[in-house]
Amino acid sequence: MIVSELKPLPATLDYLDGEQNIFILGCRGCAEASKTGGEAQVLEMKQVLEGAGKRVVGHTVADFLCDKALVKMKLYAHEQEVLAADSLLVMTCGLGVQATAAVVDRPVHPATNTINLGGSRGEWRGSERCLECGDCLLDYTGGICPLTACTKSLINGPCGGARDGRCEFEPDVRPCGWQLIYERLKKTGRLDEMKTLLPPKDYAKMQPPPSLRSTILWALEQKEPREAGLPR
Amino acid sequence: MSLAEALKNGKLVVTAEIAPPKGVNVQEMLENAELIKGKVDAANVTDQQSSVMRLGSLAGCHLLKQKGLEPVFQVTCRDRNRLALQSDLLSAYSLGITNVLCITGDYVSLGDHPSAKPVFDLDSVSLLQAAKALEQGKDLAGKELKGSPKFFLGAVVSPGAEPLEPQIIKMEKKVRAGAQFFQTQGVYEPAKFEKFIRASQYLGVPILAGIIPLRSVAMARFMNRAVAGVHVPEEMIQELDRATDKPAKSIEIAARLIREVRQLCQGVHIMAIGWEKRVPAILEAAGLA
Ligand code: SF4
Ligand code: SF4
Repeated sequence: MIVSELKPLPATLDYLDGEQNIFILGCRGCAEASKTGGEAQVLEMKQVLEGAGKRVVGHTVADFLCDKALVKMKLYAHEQEVLAADSLLVMTCGLGVQATAAVVDRPVHPATNTINLGGSRGEWRGSERCLECGDCLLDYTGGICPLTACTKSLINGPCGGARDGRCEFEPDVRPCGWQLIYERLKKTGRLDEMKTLLPPKDYAKMQPPPSLRSTILWALEQKEPREAGLPR
Repeated sequence: MSLAEALKNGKLVVTAEIAPPKGVNVQEMLENAELIKGKVDAANVTDQQSSVMRLGSLAGCHLLKQKGLEPVFQVTCRDRNRLALQSDLLSAYSLGITNVLCITGDYVSLGDHPSAKPVFDLDSVSLLQAAKALEQGKDLAGKELKGSPKFFLGAVVSPGAEPLEPQIIKMEKKVRAGAQFFQTQGVYEPAKFEKFIRASQYLGVPILAGIIPLRSVAMARFMNRAVAGVHVPEEMIQELDRATDKPAKSIEIAARLIREVRQLCQGVHIMAIGWEKRVPAILEAAGLA
């Protein structure tokens, strides 16, 4: 899930400056779980905007705003309201805002800030983090990711900035990732792994591979408007 | 004599650190350089030390070289990606600057631009690998160079770190990646330093012990609180506290440390951090001038 939090109200109102008729769009996915864009928050926002002198011309909550096909279908049902709106206020993560912007020709405003994913992509709730680097180094590092556990994403060992096993970046908050890696490797008798001289990381691999960029779903999305009989 | 030659000849080598100004007035930097000229084998020019934005190390090295001082170009991975780092190495060589100290760099949050985007595209180990690749006529992408440089490559190590083992492992990787000499983090406990020297002896690379003069009791306490791998013993702090002439005492302490560590390694690296003017006095007191 993608975690988001509401922007401070002054910022949101600032975005809507000069616009009178607003359509509010929420999301039942991550945004509802984050309490930023579920039914309740959308209704609350409606009140707030009306209190600020705006006219809320319509509002709705889609199942998943990150899915352009769903956004489009949802908005199709509210076509007249959307056409009457000066802009849309979108209460969801950055993905949802972008997806919405991709399917409507009205200004789209984000109502939230997307914050750290917290490692909870997928269902497994753990403290592990993955940057999806495309070339996993866990084998050398005792199963602790050097890209996310180390503040500087160092892959060849500690930087020398750690104090008492804590990272120089935020000693109160985070342990030194390389201290954890060292301890884990030592404990499992695999300290020699730490001696592996790793070449500079190929950051090009952090781009999704072509095979993923052309999944059936991706292809469907490209064809969807015509095949689903929706207006472009 | 170049730094490489001095180390090869088994001479006790002395290097010192010079910080470029925050701004373009290089007068004080050049005065400091003049003060230590002839007294040190080489001078490191720091690279935006502690993530504080300053005049660049490359320009600083060039200016020192014009003054007849042998420079050590400090390069950190914090602010530049592999394109910029390799380019700077080529630039340095084209200006006749061949001593390069490869460092990861402090995190940006410690400095005066905490809102900067840190880079860390390479780490200190892969920066050494990059320098080596350039020497072999290729860049990191494997592309052929028109003329290749030749460097004397250095790296840093923290001999007071606990645990020491991961530091030594990384030190070994740095040697395998191309490091030919080491300058260490500040040393205040010769006994601990000796342990480190024994543990790293097998690497067979020259080591210059870091000496940071204690400007004040407050500074000593600050380092104990905030600087990784540095521990100033309480007795030393008391000794400084009791002294009526504090600058004289701190020069005495630094000189004593130099005398105690010089037997253990190939030289000393003095990091005066704002006290550059007193480096000659320290060297004199240590019998090195
Ligand atoms: S090394 Fe790369 S793929 Fe493996 S966990 Fe870390 S970021 Fe993810
Ligand atoms: S202190 Fe440890 S976690 Fe922090 S940047 Fe250095 S090696 Fe990485």
